[in-house]
Amino acid sequence: MNGLLTLRGMTTGQLESLLDLGQRYRRMIRAGSQLPQTLHGRTITTAFFEPSTRTRLSFEKAAAALGAVVMSFTPETSSTSKGETFRDTVLTLTAMGTDVLVLRHSLADAADLAARWSRVPVVNAGTGRREHPTQTLIDALTLREHFGGLHGLRMGIVGDIANSRVARSHLAALPTLGIELTLVGPPTLLPTANPWGVRISAELDDELGDLDVIYLLRIQKERGAGSGLPSGAAYARHYGMNEERLSMLKPNSVIMHPGPMNRGVELDDSAADGERSLVLQQVANGVPMRMAVLESAIGEES
Amino acid sequence: MIVIENGRVLRANGVEEATVTVEGDTVTAVGSAPGRNGARVIDARGAWIGPGFVDLHVHFREPGQTWKEDLESGARSAAAGGFTAVLTMPNTDPPVDDGPSARRAIGAARAIGAARVEVAGALTRDRAGVEMADFDSMYDAGVRVFTDDGDSVPDAGLLRRIMTYLAGLPGAVVAEHAEDVRLTEGGQLHEGSMSALHGLVGLPGAGEDVIVARDLALARATGARLHIQHVSTGASVDLIRHARATGVAVTAEVTPHHLALDDTALADLDPNLKMYPPLRAGSDRKAVVSALREGVIDAVATDHAPHASAEKDVPFEQAPRGVIGLETAAAIACAALGADQATFFDRMSLAPARLGGIDRHGVLVEPGSPANLVLFDPGHRWAPKVFASKSVNSPFLGKGLVGKVLATIYEGQISYEGEL
Repeated sequence: MNGLLTLRGMTTGQLESLLDLGQRYRRMIRAGSQLPQTLHGRTITTAFFEPSTRTRLSFEKAAAALGAVVMSFTPETSSTSKGETFRDTVLTLTAMGTDVLVLRHSLADAADLAARWSRVPVVNAGTGRREHPTQTLIDALTLREHFGGLHGLRMGIVGDIANSRVARSHLAALPTLGIELTLVGPPTLLPTANPWGVRISAELDDELGDLDVIYLLRIQKERGAGSGLPSGAAYARHYGMNEERLSMLKPNSVIMHPGPMNRGVELDDSAADGERSLVLQQVANGVPMRMAVLESAIGEES
Repeated sequence: MIVIENGRVLRANGVEEATVTVEGDTVTAVGSAPGRNGARVIDARGAWIGPGFVDLHVHFREPGQTWKEDLESGARSAAAGGFTAVLTMPNTDPPVDDGPSARRAIGAARAIGAARVEVAGALTRDRAGVEMADFDSMYDAGVRVFTDDGDSVPDAGLLRRIMTYLAGLPGAVVAEHAEDVRLTEGGQLHEGSMSALHGLVGLPGAGEDVIVARDLALARATGARLHIQHVSTGASVDLIRHARATGVAVTAEVTPHHLALDDTALADLDPNLKMYPPLRAGSDRKAVVSALREGVIDAVATDHAPHASAEKDVPFEQAPRGVIGLETAAAIACAALGADQATFFDRMSLAPARLGGIDRHGVLVEPGSPANLVLFDPGHRWAPKVFASKSVNSPFLGKGLVGKVLATIYEGQISYEGEL
């Protein structure tokens, strides 16, 4: 049982080889090459207990591209709304014959438990505020492509860190790949402790000149982040990526965002659509990186 | 007749190697045995003999949730842990909050043979935190400790009236679970490095401290006898220390799990490590251990909170709060205190019996003392695998422990017998 539950504890070599495979698929897709049907005859089930159409579609496209059969489970149209427990849903889905379960859930340990209960490889498609391994891999792939390497890059993650699973996945893996991280945001949206020992700052303008990557996060009002801020306008004033702040960046620095973007809050159009933006490359790398993850999840099994 | 040989006996003048003779419900001799014809002779092999342990904080789930525990299984679990008396919390379903419910609970408790089961009553009607509970009729039924355990009394004005009222009933104790729910809403584990790593909402230490500070101020103003339940933070310890030094009638308890563990144990989010108050930072753990040694925290109390296995085999955020503790408490407390028999028995028996007003328990072993005794071997290595409790939600299941109860004697009868 392998799958991909977390990036915590993975070595540089393990991360790099996943990125290599992702890069290979990225090139093949770009070149229009015939893709190997390595998942032919296999069934991938996506179970998204939290809404995220784009991540789900990206996984489903990745699975189909490698020849897998895709089953898709969404709780609002299923027995979860009739009171079935998470455990029973997982066991039911996997008993139908699933080779890999791709799971999105609002609870931090949902993927770990699904793997333990079902004994099927589970790929974590985002759990709680803790894990979003494929987003981190996608972003690392994007940066590797853009800069030619990752070692020594300085990334500032800006915004609602406390509520961000992307930030925690980045913290779990990007330092292993040689990226130096700084967390930037208002104190109410920063983690309450710093077990990662990374640099933390409340003053974005003091950091901008040192960063190679400005990684912007959305204010997650649905997780209560709004109550930690006086107003959205105040946030935009202090942390919003606008033309003035773009001018403070080093010449080669880039802007990234995992989406969905709130234009006018964490960034304005000049940052989202400007030449520094890697946002569309991030999206384009989603499918090939997830192809690599699915193939590894199953490949190690057989 | 029971004759216990070769034990180290905790007597009024200190520890002495002696033979203890029990006849009926009384210790009849300490020193040489007057006779042993037909007696059950137990070789204590150097183990400690002292008054049976007293636990001021257990949840036996009867009535309402007897699949988790009931009075009978709870009392057997107590006996297996060396306890001869326990105080049940009133958050049963229905709760103990008036005369009829108190009389019913006490009647059911009196029928239990393995341990003395005393009953605490609620501070507010239906534990809802809105109006005073029916104190006089509970008091007349025999209740002395009042608590809304599981919740603090949320309204300081109401708590002040409660304290003023209970200060007028001799021996009545206001026991508080210290948690400001405005600060702990959604919290899953201690707010600190571990909550940051998991991205889970933390329960800040301040959520406990602000209630302790409030309650101490109100106890000072009203003269009520205040007992702070399951103290877990260094800041709360400091508040209690200062209040005691300046004349507030306050006592405190700490759980075995807060003595033994801190939040670094939660790397894998084991639901058997989820409870309130949560496992705190290492510095908090050290502070409660020192406070127990010092006597600023008076007693060890388990907060024995059984939950069925299926209820705990769920995502951490969905798991109910609470762990069992009766059968592992003595080993943990002994390790935390260091090998000093007199202090150990004070915190495990004498002090809690005194605080809870539980007679016949917590009495030093002398001729004429009640035969509520425990044999505890402080050097015995073991790992708990099964429990007398109906539930197994222990943080120490399968873990190596040092110190084990060999036998428990309740009112002259052997209520638990391990490897003798």
